[in-house]
Amino acid sequence: MLQGWVIVVTSFAYLGLLFAIAFYADKRADAGRSVIASPYVYSLSLAVYATAWTFYGSVGRAASDGVGFLPIYIGPTLMIALWWIVMRKILRISKQNRITSLADFIASRYGKSALLGGVVTVIAVIGILPYISLQLKAVSNSFSIVLQYPWIIMPAKVTALPILQDTALWVALILAAFTIAFGTRHLDAAEHHEGMVAAIAFESLVKLLAFLAVGVFVTFGIYNGFGDLFDRVAADPKLSAMLTPLEGVAGGYASWVWLTILSMMAIMFLPRQFQVTVIENVNEKHLNKAIWLFPLYMLAINIFVLPIAFGGLLHFPGGNVDADTFVLTLPMFEKQELLALLVFIGGLSAATGMVIVETIALSTMVCNDLVMPVLLRLRRLRLNKRSDLTGLLLGIRRGAIVGILLLGYLYFRLAGEAYALVSIGLISFAAVAQFAPAVLGGIFWKGGTRRGALAGLSAGFAVWFYTLLLPALARSGWLPISFMEQGPFGIELLKPLELLGLAGLDQITHAMIWSMLANIGAYVTVSLSGTQSAEEHRQASLFVDVFRQSGEAGGARFWRGTASVPELYNLLARFQGTAAAESAFQDYASARGLRWPGDTLIADAEFVHYVEVQLAGAIGAASARIMVASAVKEEALTLEEVRKILDEASQVVIYSHRLEQKSRELEAATAELRAANERLKELDQLKDDFLSTVTHELRTPLTSIRAFSEILNQDPDVDLAQRRKFLGIITKETERLTRIINQVLDLAKIEAGRAEWSEAPVDMRELISDTVSAMSQVFQENNIRVESRLPERVTPVKADVDRIIQVMLNLLSNAVKFCRQGDGRIEITLTEDDHALRVDVRDNGPGIAPGDEQKIFDKFVQAGDTLTNKPQGSGLGLYISRHIVEHHGGRLWVQSRPGEGACFSFTLPRGRPMESA
Amino acid sequence: MTKKVLIVDDELNIVTALEFLLQKSGYEVMTAQNGDEALQRVESFAPDLVLLDVMMPRISGYEVCRRMRERADWKHIKIIMLSAKGREAEVSKGVSLGADLYVTKPFSNNELVGKIGELLAGA
Repeated sequence: MLQGWVIVVTSFAYLGLLFAIAFYADKRADAGRSVIASPYVYSLSLAVYATAWTFYGSVGRAASDGVGFLPIYIGPTLMIALWWIVMRKILRISKQNRITSLADFIASRYGKSALLGGVVTVIAVIGILPYISLQLKAVSNSFSIVLQYPWIIMPAKVTALPILQDTALWVALILAAFTIAFGTRHLDAAEHHEGMVAAIAFESLVKLLAFLAVGVFVTFGIYNGFGDLFDRVAADPKLSAMLTPLEGVAGGYASWVWLTILSMMAIMFLPRQFQVTVIENVNEKHLNKAIWLFPLYMLAINIFVLPIAFGGLLHFPGGNVDADTFVLTLPMFEKQELLALLVFIGGLSAATGMVIVETIALSTMVCNDLVMPVLLRLRRLRLNKRSDLTGLLLGIRRGAIVGILLLGYLYFRLAGEAYALVSIGLISFAAVAQFAPAVLGGIFWKGGTRRGALAGLSAGFAVWFYTLLLPALARSGWLPISFMEQGPFGIELLKPLELLGLAGLDQITHAMIWSMLANIGAYVTVSLSGTQSAEEHRQASLFVDVFRQSGEAGGARFWRGTASVPELYNLLARFQGTAAAESAFQDYASARGLRWPGDTLIADAEFVHYVEVQLAGAIGAASARIMVASAVKEEALTLEEVRKILDEASQVVIYSHRLEQKSRELEAATAELRAANERLKELDQLKDDFLSTVTHELRTPLTSIRAFSEILNQDPDVDLAQRRKFLGIITKETERLTRIINQVLDLAKIEAGRAEWSEAPVDMRELISDTVSAMSQVFQENNIRVESRLPERVTPVKADVDRIIQVMLNLLSNAVKFCRQGDGRIEITLTEDDHALRVDVRDNGPGIAPGDEQKIFDKFVQAGDTLTNKPQGSGLGLYISRHIVEHHGGRLWVQSRPGEGACFSFTLPRGRPMESA
Repeated sequence: MTKKVLIVDDELNIVTALEFLLQKSGYEVMTAQNGDEALQRVESFAPDLVLLDVMMPRISGYEVCRRMRERADWKHIKIIMLSAKGREAEVSKGVSLGADLYVTKPFSNNELVGKIGELLAGA
């Protein structure tokens, strides 16, 4: 039965079945009756964590390390417990911000940085290559083995085979075709792939069943249960060591700890895990079930690992059968053909699930976060002008899928033989663990900056590359062995497996320690020593405070600009198609009780934000930001700077020096913006102060009025003299209040430019003497002598009579206030020259302190801390007077020396037309 | 024992009104028109309660309140701050500096007298 063609046909049939399930699920989703809206499906989809590694490699690892295979599954189980805090937060943030991938998440958090998104994508792709090659290796090896039935022959070394005969290549190509069919049939705004999720939930069941089947077979079919197996192993001197948990693991405790930590990171940051846990999640509540269902699955799939491993060791004592293959070779040895076929399909299923989800996730990142930002900046392509980009996006993704799989195959050929399956996988785990500081720091620490994340990621990745990837290549013969044993150029301290002399650890632990040190160290130091841009700050708050935000409106608060609804519609339609744009707009409208089209939508901040978020679903947050900004006129410096960057950048290579430079310029512009903001705030503050002062000025006389009124009203015992005094005060205060109100109104009118100005020829001589006589009583009361020096005749000037009188009254009453007590003297002089008329009002009061000459013209400032009463004015008089004089084209100023009185002067130009109000 | 109240405000009219009011209510009253004077009066007059205006030239009511609260032997003196500004920021500032009460102008005579009575009864 186990002939070549049977196997191939069964395999294709299975893959066809998966595809049919996916197709069906997609159809149901389009009809609105989603198949995957079940927490059970969600939890099963998470089990894509278990790949061919779990299927074949766990047994392989258990065979050499005993219980040492467990940390990789303890980790996720532990992590699930923490999910309640961490994953819920990530889920909420991702839903709110329409995050489409892990790179999008990180880029978005750190100020929608396209650079960071690109870096994360590159790290993810390179990091996952070993993992993909592992799947290819598993499938092709298992295929070769099963083909040899009934002989059990280990597959030949990969490098010995010419490429076109290498099964792994064909597996890679077939998987690529399948993945394209699964994941790129259309673009979904939220990057949901319902069909894919349904298919991998199904395959999770299949691989579990297959594994359980072979487990049951080995334990109960070949041997007589767990007890029997363990007894036999204990009896064998070579194998009994494996029963002690910690002995079996190289490096003991340290290894266990680090492996557990590593797998805790992996369950969160493997692109495929992020995809199914976060992006594909349709309901936050599903997380609750997953928290116990997933560990249950882990338990089930691991129960029989040890028994199978022991069974294999007992069956094939010589060591010529690779432990990684026990799952398959045991049933083959026992002539169980059907079971062997089932096992093969199980392994194929595990590998396929991983490859499909992982490559879809990676291709989304490559498209949204690597390629698109670059393309959008290349003006030559004029992407802004193209009307439909969905085809381009899909094309990029398909290309990425093929590329990634071929690269995976390349790694397989170059370095796939170096290690056993598990070790290969751990290399990838260590790579994605580099995302941990940036992500976890990003959601809990507002201080994490873009630069910090870049530094951390680069440092961690560099160390990873040096301590894990290069050694893998070296072991496969692509680098000289001396590099490994004596360090590069003979520098012992830089030995890739014993950096700085840290020896005695297994390779993974060693790499993890150094890379995490470098990563976290760089992340924290650079973040603390730098500053955040306004955008970063905004995003940091959105992320860290997500549970305190009021939904999507949170992001709309920080925006100012003008936009047009049709423009935004076109923008959305370009990237998502008209159907999606229509429905998005309709949703927005109906949420506000409007209809679209039909009612007018207002393109306010909330709306623009909504569109941007929708767009981010298709092309990622960073690119969406760029596109929306270009369609909308923002009132901010940043847009101009971004435009300049877009215009100037011609060749954008992710790590290019020029890109870094432009980022710095942008940050400088942001700093400028902040400064402008500060100035605005100051002005705002001034306005507040003014209002506050006016309030105070109005309330003070009101207080006296009220207090005395109440006294007079309620107290029958006020004697006559007091009554008259109090009523007098009430009257005076009422007058004061009226004056202040009038002046404030006057001020308001003048400042609003709405004062009415009349114009007539004015005889200043007449005006001055009239004003002086009007005030004669006041002068008398205060014992002030007034002397007017007016020429015989003066040229009339065009002016607003009443206002000029107001100015004269103001200056004269000031003079009265400040004149020397009892012996006041005021001197008024009127002179004329070629250009203007000039009036001087001099008093013999205490004068004005140097430095106060300008201040007294400010609002509400009054001269002198007199030891007597406060002056009865409002402080607005001089301010208004100056305004009036300047309106006529003249100047108002004061000359004074302490002790020598003050002389206020103003000019009125002759024959100059009045300024317009 | 007659309680003593110190009135501090730079507006003479308000001082007059409050003086009349409080004397009628049976308190012994002293007045001050700026911050320095106020602190001197507290020293010499030893009031049980101080009505403290906020907006004063040179030394503001807040400063007076702060300085009063620095002295242990003055901690028992009740302080009511009066101000024409009623913003929340001002109120909490006043309270945080140690004032027992913050009253905005214009106030109701009866209420103010009532509050003074309450605060002094508690002593």
